[in-house]
Amino acid sequence: MLTKNAAGVKARKRLCMTVNGRAVEIEIDIRESLLDVLRDRLQFTGVKQGCSVGECGACTVLLDGTPVNSCIYLATWAHGKAVVTIEGLAQDGKLTPVQEAFVDEGAIQCGFCTPGVVLSTTAMVDSGKCFTHDEVRRELSGHLCRCTGYQKIVDAAERALREADIAADEHPV
Amino acid sequence: MIGASSIRKEGRAKVLGTAIYTDDKFMPGALHGLTVRSEVPRGILRAIHFGEGIPWEEFTCVTAEDIPGTNLVASVVDDQPFLIGIGEEITHSQQAVLLLAHPDKFLVEKARRAVRLEIEELPAVLDIQSSLDLQPLIYGTNNLLKEIRIAKGDPDPIWAQAAHVIEGEYRTGAQEQMYIEPNAMLSVVEPRDGLLQVTVWGSLQCPYYVHGALRQLFGLPEKQVRVVAMEMGGAFGGKEDYPSVNGGHAALLAWKSGKPVRLIYDREEDLACTTKRHPSRTRLRTAFDAEGNLLALEADFILDGGAYATLSPVVLSRGAVHAASVYRCPHVRIHARAVATNTPPPGAFRGFGAPQSLFAMERHMDVCARKLGLDAVELRRKNFLHMGDTMATGQVIREDLDLAGLMDQALAAIGYRDKRAAFALTNPGDGPIKRGVGFSVFMHGCGFTGNGESHVASVAGVEGLADGTVAVLAASTEMGQGKNTVFAQIVAEALQLPVELVDTAPVDTDHVPNSGPTVASRSTMMVGRILEDAAIGFKLALVQQGFLVEPYTPESFQAAVVKAVATLGTLRCYGQYHRPPNIQWDDVTYQGDAYPTYSWACYAAEVAVDLDTFEVKVADFVAVQEVGRVVNPTLAAGQIEGGVAQGIGWGLWEEVTMQRGRMINNQMTNYIIPTSVDLPRIQVVFLENAHAGGPGGAKGIGELPMDGPAPAVVNALENALGALRLDEVPMTPDRLLERCEEVSHG
Ligand code: FES
Ligand code: FES
Repeated sequence: MLTKNAAGVKARKRLCMTVNGRAVEIEIDIRESLLDVLRDRLQFTGVKQGCSVGECGACTVLLDGTPVNSCIYLATWAHGKAVVTIEGLAQDGKLTPVQEAFVDEGAIQCGFCTPGVVLSTTAMVDSGKCFTHDEVRRELSGHLCRCTGYQKIVDAAERALREADIAADEHPV
Repeated sequence: MIGASSIRKEGRAKVLGTAIYTDDKFMPGALHGLTVRSEVPRGILRAIHFGEGIPWEEFTCVTAEDIPGTNLVASVVDDQPFLIGIGEEITHSQQAVLLLAHPDKFLVEKARRAVRLEIEELPAVLDIQSSLDLQPLIYGTNNLLKEIRIAKGDPDPIWAQAAHVIEGEYRTGAQEQMYIEPNAMLSVVEPRDGLLQVTVWGSLQCPYYVHGALRQLFGLPEKQVRVVAMEMGGAFGGKEDYPSVNGGHAALLAWKSGKPVRLIYDREEDLACTTKRHPSRTRLRTAFDAEGNLLALEADFILDGGAYATLSPVVLSRGAVHAASVYRCPHVRIHARAVATNTPPPGAFRGFGAPQSLFAMERHMDVCARKLGLDAVELRRKNFLHMGDTMATGQVIREDLDLAGLMDQALAAIGYRDKRAAFALTNPGDGPIKRGVGFSVFMHGCGFTGNGESHVASVAGVEGLADGTVAVLAASTEMGQGKNTVFAQIVAEALQLPVELVDTAPVDTDHVPNSGPTVASRSTMMVGRILEDAAIGFKLALVQQGFLVEPYTPESFQAAVVKAVATLGTLRCYGQYHRPPNIQWDDVTYQGDAYPTYSWACYAAEVAVDLDTFEVKVADFVAVQEVGRVVNPTLAAGQIEGGVAQGIGWGLWEEVTMQRGRMINNQMTNYIIPTSVDLPRIQVVFLENAHAGGPGGAKGIGELPMDGPAPAVVNALENALGALRLDEVPMTPDRLLERCEEVSHG
């Protein structure tokens, strides 16, 4: 493996972050994106690569709770931060309400956009805010899906938001 | 089970992130492969220069000279080499010349840029007309990849007698499938028991196509080649024929290096070099009597087939058969040609030639209605096919077809009459927004055209497993359309079991038979029917051998399977396609039953055009279709919604811009597909009508929704803006502005 970059300069660095709640410490090449590190080094292959230039949203992960395109986010920038990938949502095999809504509503076809859309929807639900139909469509517009025409994705997101809303009403914090 | 919205079988794995797509497969020590391509559209390759500053000795390099077997991709016509050798002719700008592999993916990219190809350029053919004019001759003796003629009656004497003769020319552009997972292959080639064993795992629709291509490439017998279809991130036809090429490339690198090789395209490469929808030009000539009855139709249908035949002959065939569309016409002449150009070969894309010829016909019907002074609804109503009518190929409609009813339902759902009346009042106002509503009526032939099914003679089966559950054995692939779920439902229904007890076996050519390619909306109807037979045979075998007594419960069935497997070892039962006796087709004359049956539809669209920006918004969309019995309503609606989205994209936004035979907008930033804010809610209506062909009466569904949106949207544009030359898709803002200016400048 290369330890020097194209200019012949040592290009390695230690990166500490948490991924799905577990501390990770790893030596990386500074040219690597967060996507490269998550997929190639840590085997979080649920993070998908559809374009590598920040256009499709397939590589979305949550970084301190906020969705980011990991393909255009250098891994070194994640130092000290908390990363959540699709693998980090379900606990002990139990799907989250967002994941359940996606399965039940038929919002998944090929599934390649799914991890990203599910994480963005999770961030919307976790924000505790209310979203109108148009806002939901806008929030998700950074995710390209070629299979579904978005209808069932929007349905699933709205259902997850609705259910979270009801749950919040029932158990006010 | 059939008719229930069973939950997608692999949905859980997909939502957990545990579904394994090709690039996700763990393969330590795999090299990264890359392809070096020519950048000129035509020329002779003189030399390959390996530039300085690259440790070439660390690389695996493959050129045409290394190929152990035949350097031709197995396809309909074997005319496309895997790699171009020194002294050979380059025929398009993305032609593969050299393959590279190295453990460091950054370095392999740098190496690609250090390679210089010495090419003696030749004049190239870059469009349909230059190809027809033989300027210059680039393929065979006439630049034709395929030519088809379909004749019914004799239109010639009609032109002079008819009250009206109306002509039109229509064009459609290339379209990218834009599956979100780019093309991906992983290969290992290693000796096993002293024999070379080639294995490819990939994102591919048709494992046995790739299997055949690898056998020819390496000159190996069946047993020494294995192809495994991984989870697939979309395909839409884009992974039908191309995987034979990149699957071969990955295997060549793995074979030469002796290491596993990943060949994963990045988006730019995928867009620039893989297959697209064929661009088309259709000239139509129609004769009507004074009442608007269609008397004669002549269609000159041309597809730009690119540099090699690939699937063009079959795409052309489907386009030609659909050219006369849903109308009764006594005299028809269809002349269809796929012409060669020096562009990367197009291939399969949902619809497969039909969207092109149907766009022309459905636009033309609106143009004819205007010229005849008739209502577009009434002109169609007068001319629809009915039971007993014959289509252009002589095929007799044997089903009780009610296209008028279908059309009326779609128009009522979108509020066609009221909206037309309202827009007629509001559009003349000063505001920049003009509204319109339009529709299209169309059909899609289910399964392969003509004798395709007989040639493939698909086999599929079911297997009893040790835990008493049942596995479906078929090479049909899951690309998101729902094959895993639908097959399980069909087998579960045949065996009277809950769907949870049936699942599909991994698609691996070592394990599943050739159920044919996963294309042509054929899996549910054709393979599903074979599976139904296989399942019933399986049950009978259990009964005859005394393991099972009827009637049975799911528990007793499961117990019987457990016992049978324990006693007999493997327990499999296969079925095979047999042509129904009433289906006849002649490949030479193009006469007969082009398809065993058709799905029928009417789509209606409402648009709002902003005359300040020429942007078009689709405000409402209704899709009404008759697809026989719907096996899984949720999955079926998902197919329609997704197909409509792609159809609207093709109609309005998705433009492939070519320069010197090369796609120059090969990025997601400048090749625009619809996002969640660009589409309206799509109302999907299924009219059921049990047909004997498929399992439980199912017909094909996957491609149908690609055919109707573009003409419906463009017809709506005419309603919004009046008579313009709306003869082409995509009708981008630029193009629409140009058409409006034509009118204002007279
Ligand atoms: S892969 Fe990151 S946005 Fe497409
Ligand atoms: S489900 Fe295939 S891209 Fe969204």
